[in-house]
Amino acid sequence: MDLINIIILALIVNNVILVQFMGICPFLGVSNKVSTSIGMGAAVVFVMALANFVTYFIQFYILVPLHIEFMQTISFIFVIAFLVQVVEIILKKSAPALYQALGIYLPLITTNCAVLGIAILAVQKNYNLIQSVVYASAIAVGFTLAMILMAGIREQMELTGYPKGMKGFPISLVTAGLLSLAFMGFSGLVK
Amino acid sequence: MSSLKYFTNGLLKENPTFVLVLGTCPTLAVTTAAFNGIGMGLATTFVLVFSNMFIAMLKNYIPDKVRIAAFIVIIATFVTIVDLLMKAYVPDIYKTLGIFIPLIVVNCIILGRAEAFAQKNEVKSSILDGLGMGLGFTLAITLMGSIREILGSGSIFNIPILAENSKTILLFILPPGAFFTFGYMIAIFNRFKAKYKF
Repeated sequence: MDLINIIILALIVNNVILVQFMGICPFLGVSNKVSTSIGMGAAVVFVMALANFVTYFIQFYILVPLHIEFMQTISFIFVIAFLVQVVEIILKKSAPALYQALGIYLPLITTNCAVLGIAILAVQKNYNLIQSVVYASAIAVGFTLAMILMAGIREQMELTGYPKGMKGFPISLVTAGLLSLAFMGFSGLVK
Repeated sequence: MSSLKYFTNGLLKENPTFVLVLGTCPTLAVTTAAFNGIGMGLATTFVLVFSNMFIAMLKNYIPDKVRIAAFIVIIATFVTIVDLLMKAYVPDIYKTLGIFIPLIVVNCIILGRAEAFAQKNEVKSSILDGLGMGLGFTLAITLMGSIREILGSGSIFNIPILAENSKTILLFILPPGAFFTFGYMIAIFNRFKAKYKF
């Protein structure tokens, strides 16, 4: 029950992009096509679950016993950057097909603030290892969901007329605002 | 280019928020009130100035292949300093900004300036660039915070400006309001930019 609560909260009610405002850069930059959004989303799910898994051990087996919790930001961002590199190298060698599909999105993930943000939030919420990984996966699926929705709307918008001054970022942001408004409707779903 | 120009560049012509559209996450997330905008902006400015300064000083010693990792460590150091300072001296703002203080480390403005400016320029102009960019960001998000605070809670810098019991548009301090305000502000900024050609 607890895990289901975490999943619903992370996936819909507190959607990482539309409600918590993390990972806006790839959301505005990459979500032009549904296919690229799916690719980016898959890479994010993979890295975020892995990052939360590793940072859990760093927090509770290195930082807390040594009383150096203030090193959290530095160590987490370093681990995430390192992980992204390792994942890239491993995928390239062992699963070239997957690498072909995800490769270009991987370097972008280091600067995706959602990865670092969710790792820190999971520690702040005192989640255990399983909860932390489930939480990260659900958040990342929520991220993918928002990206795909946005990409679908953007593909349609290419064919629609709107004021010239709103071209580019402004119209994307207003669209994201409407999506966010829709997601607010879920807010009463879980206590 | 005179050294003053490095400073003014970030304020208007290449404003990181409205023109380069970088660092969108804190721009949207913390601007529910004008004070939050100032707090976030100054914290980012501090990190930006010092990271630009140190990267410009160390640029000849950092091997090209590991430069991004080195930049991130330098930036994360100053973010940790800001984090601890704010926790000690301004605990109220620290609590409202919450997770977005450690997230300054992945703010694209900072890594962007390190990569595009500080590693190619000398220390003095890098500091000025950091200061200009930081203050441009501060101005932009404070302006956005003010607009959202006026429309959403009927006050500015916590000073009420509407009569008591008057209705405000609550939507503007909720997440959708952030997207709407930011979208329209970029559109208005572009309009002015095209008209006055700055």
